[in-house]
Amino acid sequence: MRIFRDTWLIFERSLTLSLRNPVWVILGVMQPILYLFLFGPLLNNIAKMPGFPPGGAFNVFVPGILVMTALFGSAFVGFGLCDEMREGVVERMTVTPMSRVAMLVGRSLRDVVLLLAQGLILVGLAIPFGLEINVGGVAVAFALLALIGLMMSPVSYTLALVLKSEDSLAPVVNGLTLPLLLLSGVMLPMSLAPDWLQTVAKFNPLYHAVAAIRALFNASFADQEILVGVAVLVVLTIVTITMGARSFARASA
Amino acid sequence: MSAQSNTQPTIETVGLRRTFKGRGGAVEAVAGVDLRVNAGDIFGFLGPNGAGKTTTLRILATLLPPTAGTASVAGFDVARHPRQVRERIGYVAQSGGSYREATGREELIIQGRLFGMSKAEAGRRAVEILAALDLTEAADRTCKTYSGGMRRRLNIGIGMVHRPAVLFLDEPTTGLDPQARARLWEEIRKLRETGTTVFLTTHYLEEADALCDCLAIIDHGRIVAEGSPDDLKREISGDVLTIGVNGNGDQVVKLLSGQPFVREAELDDGLVRLYVDRGEEAVPQVLRLLDAKGLAPSTMDLHRPSLDDVFLKKTGRSLRESAA
Repeated sequence: MRIFRDTWLIFERSLTLSLRNPVWVILGVMQPILYLFLFGPLLNNIAKMPGFPPGGAFNVFVPGILVMTALFGSAFVGFGLCDEMREGVVERMTVTPMSRVAMLVGRSLRDVVLLLAQGLILVGLAIPFGLEINVGGVAVAFALLALIGLMMSPVSYTLALVLKSEDSLAPVVNGLTLPLLLLSGVMLPMSLAPDWLQTVAKFNPLYHAVAAIRALFNASFADQEILVGVAVLVVLTIVTITMGARSFARASA
Repeated sequence: MSAQSNTQPTIETVGLRRTFKGRGGAVEAVAGVDLRVNAGDIFGFLGPNGAGKTTTLRILATLLPPTAGTASVAGFDVARHPRQVRERIGYVAQSGGSYREATGREELIIQGRLFGMSKAEAGRRAVEILAALDLTEAADRTCKTYSGGMRRRLNIGIGMVHRPAVLFLDEPTTGLDPQARARLWEEIRKLRETGTTVFLTTHYLEEADALCDCLAIIDHGRIVAEGSPDDLKREISGDVLTIGVNGNGDQVVKLLSGQPFVREAELDDGLVRLYVDRGEEAVPQVLRLLDAKGLAPSTMDLHRPSLDDVFLKKTGRSLRESAA
């Protein structure tokens, strides 16, 4: 099938090019590592507060940091696309018979691979700090992180195709990621928040992603947050991939 | 026009229009363009910046739907069968197409594979193109290390990977130094040997003149003249032959004005000015005639109208000024 072959070709090309200049991949993992070492220890005392979810400070904090890494690893990918557009790469590929879906999904899969690699590094570094893991739970949690990437990177690519320049893209992406991040309970669990804030947070898909991944890290497989998180991410991913593929098909106009 | 004008044209547009909505209302970038391009020709689309060249090219390359009118390329309608058109064309944008972090070889191979070639096949084709464009040594360096001329050659190579029937080149030599430009012209001429139809836009008169079998001059979205560069120039005024006659002006005018190849002969300030259709053929005839009567000329100067004269005549403006 052309769509799978083209997706693979674009994935392979994008990954090769990203690894040729790995500085962004390394910078992308530096920020969460700093959070892990310089912010994580603060939570050890807060974890004793009433309302703090079960599982110990790092089992609450690391899932949040992983979601943050997935968000940043996918929300800013449009910058790379702006660069490719300026050099005429996107237009050149538009005038080939290749699949438009592959233009999007090939790049998004590259983004997913990179953010999963960053996630593995973070989990490995967090274990000495007291992170307790259940291998099955972590595996499913990483599948959810992959879904976050597949959901967010098409949004970023779509914005890049519409806005066409990094200068216009930067404020839009920042304006989008900051509320998503603050309302997801990444830093501190939303169970500490007042009721109205908790209500608002429930409209944030990342809130459900964080809740699901925390449950998975704690091996609480009966927690219905897992199903909610999976369902929300799957539905939104289908929506954003459809939207993104259409943008690539229209990119020419 | 070339000899094949009775065959099905490779590119044909009828009443092509494209309107863009801007803040100040609708702007008609392409305002009713009818074109026929014959297979195997190098066709030039000449006009100042903003004349509608790139818009027309983008419509033909399936990147932009026309607002009205039809266009067919390589036998398929661009709006209804974009996929079939894309399989048969190569497109080299002004912005290039090669990515600076990728190597020349990588770019050629991925392009071939996106057109359905196997890895091995695409690899062989890349080697072939790199050699033809004299880029073999640079093949495995990233594009950012290439000179401007090398990068343009690679971009054209990327457009040729799948041996397209039609190659679109948008301003292929803009910004290149004269040496690199001449080099690129050579590469474009070579395409004619492979039977590829080349459709290029340019605002360089010299480029259209040196390269194109046939050209259309476009201004404000409309075609103002079409034909071979020589035909277009001839249509304007013919060539002008100025002859120094050593005081025998009246005799020379009398002798030459009766000749069938002379449109008009006049004496002006001791020089005879002849208006002829084909200066290159008139010169030996004039020499023979004058020699036979013992009226050997002291000087001869042939002025052939340039495409700029054509542009001036058709639009009332000089392209050199418009393009600056």
